[in-house]
Amino acid sequence: MSAPLLEVRELRTHFATERGEARAVDGVSFDVGEGETVALVGESGCGKSVTGLSILRLIPDPPGRLLAGSSVRLRGEELTAATEARLRQVRGGEISMVFQEPMTSLNPVITIGRQVAEAIRTHADRTPDAGERRPSAAPRQAIEWLDRVGIPDPAQRCNAYPHQLSGGMRQRAMIAMALCTRPSLLIADEPTTALDVTVQGQILRLLASLQSELGTAILLITHDLGIVAQVADRVLVMYAGHIVEEAPVERLFRAPRHPYTEGLLQAVPDLRERRRRLAEIPGTVPQATRWPSGCRFRARCPYAWERCRLPPELRADRAATEGRYRCWLAEEPARRRGRGFASWSRQGSPTGAPESQ
Amino acid sequence: MIRYTARRLLEAVPILLGIVTLTVLLLHLAPGDPATAYFNPNVSPEIIERMRENLGLNLPLHEQYLRWLRSFFTGDFGYSFGQHRPVAQVIADALPNTLVLSAVSLLLIFVLGCAVGALQAVRQYSALDIATTFVSLFIYSMPGFWLGLMLILLFSSPALPEVLRLPISGVTSIDYEFMAPAQRLLDRARHLVLPSFALGIASAAGVSRYMRGAMLEVLSQDYIRTARAKGLPETAVILRHALRNALIPIVSLLGLYLPLLFGGSIVIEVVFSWPGMGRALYNAILARDYPVVMACTFLFGVLVVFANLVADLLYAVVDPRIRTD
Amino acid sequence: MTSETWSRFARHRQAALGLILLAVLTLSALLAPALAPYDPDVQADIVSTRYQPPSLSHPMGTDRFGRDVFSRVLYGARISLSIGLLAVLIAITVGTAIGAVAGFFGGRLDAVLMRGVDLLLSFPRLVLLVVLVALFQPSIALVTLVLGLTGWMGVSRIVRGQVLSVREMEYVTAARVLGFGRSRILLRHILPNVLTPVIVAATLGIGNTILAEAALSFLGLGVQPPTASWGNMVASGRDAMLEAWWITTFPGLAIVFTVMAFNLVGDGLRDALDPRRVA
Repeated sequence: MSAPLLEVRELRTHFATERGEARAVDGVSFDVGEGETVALVGESGCGKSVTGLSILRLIPDPPGRLLAGSSVRLRGEELTAATEARLRQVRGGEISMVFQEPMTSLNPVITIGRQVAEAIRTHADRTPDAGERRPSAAPRQAIEWLDRVGIPDPAQRCNAYPHQLSGGMRQRAMIAMALCTRPSLLIADEPTTALDVTVQGQILRLLASLQSELGTAILLITHDLGIVAQVADRVLVMYAGHIVEEAPVERLFRAPRHPYTEGLLQAVPDLRERRRRLAEIPGTVPQATRWPSGCRFRARCPYAWERCRLPPELRADRAATEGRYRCWLAEEPARRRGRGFASWSRQGSPTGAPESQ
Repeated sequence: MIRYTARRLLEAVPILLGIVTLTVLLLHLAPGDPATAYFNPNVSPEIIERMRENLGLNLPLHEQYLRWLRSFFTGDFGYSFGQHRPVAQVIADALPNTLVLSAVSLLLIFVLGCAVGALQAVRQYSALDIATTFVSLFIYSMPGFWLGLMLILLFSSPALPEVLRLPISGVTSIDYEFMAPAQRLLDRARHLVLPSFALGIASAAGVSRYMRGAMLEVLSQDYIRTARAKGLPETAVILRHALRNALIPIVSLLGLYLPLLFGGSIVIEVVFSWPGMGRALYNAILARDYPVVMACTFLFGVLVVFANLVADLLYAVVDPRIRTD
Repeated sequence: MTSETWSRFARHRQAALGLILLAVLTLSALLAPALAPYDPDVQADIVSTRYQPPSLSHPMGTDRFGRDVFSRVLYGARISLSIGLLAVLIAITVGTAIGAVAGFFGGRLDAVLMRGVDLLLSFPRLVLLVVLVALFQPSIALVTLVLGLTGWMGVSRIVRGQVLSVREMEYVTAARVLGFGRSRILLRHILPNVLTPVIVAATLGIGNTILAEAALSFLGLGVQPPTASWGNMVASGRDAMLEAWWITTFPGLAIVFTVMAFNLVGDGLRDALDPRRVA
């Protein structure tokens, strides 16, 4: 098997804060294959957005920094060691990003046509047809792309400022800006969170159709399990700066292995409902400046026992289920019996229970 | 845009009326009769009466009011007894000099202030940022007249090589008449250097502080991250994406710094013997030449209102969110 | 001020520097009679002591009447600081009163008062000052009063804004339900809330006022010689500047450091009171 498109190994991004060093991303490893859609799921504060930004080294430094030993490889090329000039070719060229809030992510004083054309011009060398590489072709290509993402009357709308468009239209413009350079990978950070539910569906369908057309791989960062079920091939679940479970989407929803994943899936009572949101696991996400020792989910976990005072590794379990997870249950599956979130939360206080076991 | 302009124009009208009111009020605030203050008691009553007439003091209040209003449109501000010529002529001589000086200062204030502030923000917490912050605070606390004198001391110093010395008074050199056109321009420019610097530098320091804050705010915005994620070089991120947004709030500072500039012009024009409105006002005050005093006061107010109007329109030009509403 | 505010203020290095400067200035102004090596107004032997450059016996040299510049700078501090302080006190009083009335009663009264403020702000302050002072006879009292009466507009805007926001808060409604009179509500409930931003504005305002006073005195329209003020000292050294640079230089530096001290402290206070702003 050839090398994957993106290999992330032991990625660590820390931030200096007033309360000490925040270990936002604390040793994350995963791959994204060509054309694949990988979802990165987790509650806010788990480090998923920082992971996305770290791949392109877009973390403001200071206060943030990428620790030595972190590795991000694009088709085998080490990006953490890349020059600033090479990195600029990658950013928006080979790897593009789409952000959550299309209002604030577009420059308010520049028309959307110009903002798209700027991306095309910056990466003119990526356009396949030599005749199209002339910078003067950029405005026309920008209009074509606005048309392609479904913005009506693009020749007119390209002169619109972001505030003159609806949220959905703004996000379409963002997508045009990201995909017009035909990147191999699109990192989409909560691309539909700020949008109305009906518009969310449209945007997801647009992304999917452009993906199949262009063969782009997508790293989808989201907290919305409904979206994950719709579009992802593979899922990475993040908790407290770690990846705690990695699995094909079908297996993850059918048989979650990590207690945290289990909690996420059970958090919504009606399992037939397609849209599920993360919430309602007892307790709160710990602070990135003070991750708990041992298993970081221990204090909120219904299965926790003495062994959880030691940090578990990400591994396949004994039953050789697909995927890997970061839990001692992988070695002692018998402990899973008879417990779980349903029985546990009925007992009342979530905080004391796991510690006393 | 047209409606916006029209609304701003309409809003300026009551302020203009207010300026007329204030000017008339100021004249009446003076204890005794300003017409007599200038002359000794032996002056004939006819002359005093002419003086009162000249100032419009013989008229009932509402007619005085209308008179000032009319002079705004006709430019007829009466007769200067101190200079023995119509006030309009005094103004006509002084106004261009003040406008040139103010325009050059204004350019200095905003270009230098914005450049320094933007640089500080881009290099936040660097030695450069800390040093310039401190220096600009020092400059901001400097009285303009003292800075002017210090500049004169420095640039007229015999220790300085001849080429570096700059003229320290007036608008042109004595031999201006005998110069070629290009030389004349250079001569005028050289005369402008020190006064415009002394007049504007403190405000430039003030603008740089605002600009630093505005730029820091903009640099933390999502669209700057988007610009970086696009692969733009940092210079394009700063110049194309950050600077324009940071300049929007700066435009409104024009209305704040212009009154300061005109006020400062009194002192600076006196220090550098610059024949402008500020010095005309000062000389008229010393000579108790009230028609000139009133005309200058009135015009300074009008200039500020006008500048505020320009600032509002500029705001709409730089911010599409206002323009396209 | 809360203790958190205090600690933010104390950690502010610029503010600490400003406070130290301010303490030194205030002490030297208060102790001027003890500190000054000479009588500021006494003219010794004019021929032998005039225009002496800085030396051990005259750290800032002597002026054209043979007076000790250092002693005059010390005494000038008394004038500049007290005019600055008093004028700002007047400005705060007037500004708070007008702003509070405008904000509390709102409606047409508010509109009229605020248009008036706009109007006064559109006049260059120094033009207004120069004209006002010239219409009367310049004196320290007049200068102080006029500086106060031309410096209140900013404060009134702050107070009005604060009153408008506080007015809608619940406890004012509660007080109204309890049947307190309007003036009582104004005094007891709203004024304490507007105090802090006004203190910041006042601190920054003292610096500006001292600058304006210096400019007036420099033009001969402020403090009149022989009373020493920094502004008129700079003016008096102007003619002999090329020969005796110290007469203009040192009083000017005194102005710069005083104004800077107030600006440093004012900025520090503002940052301490508003955690969103980082210096």
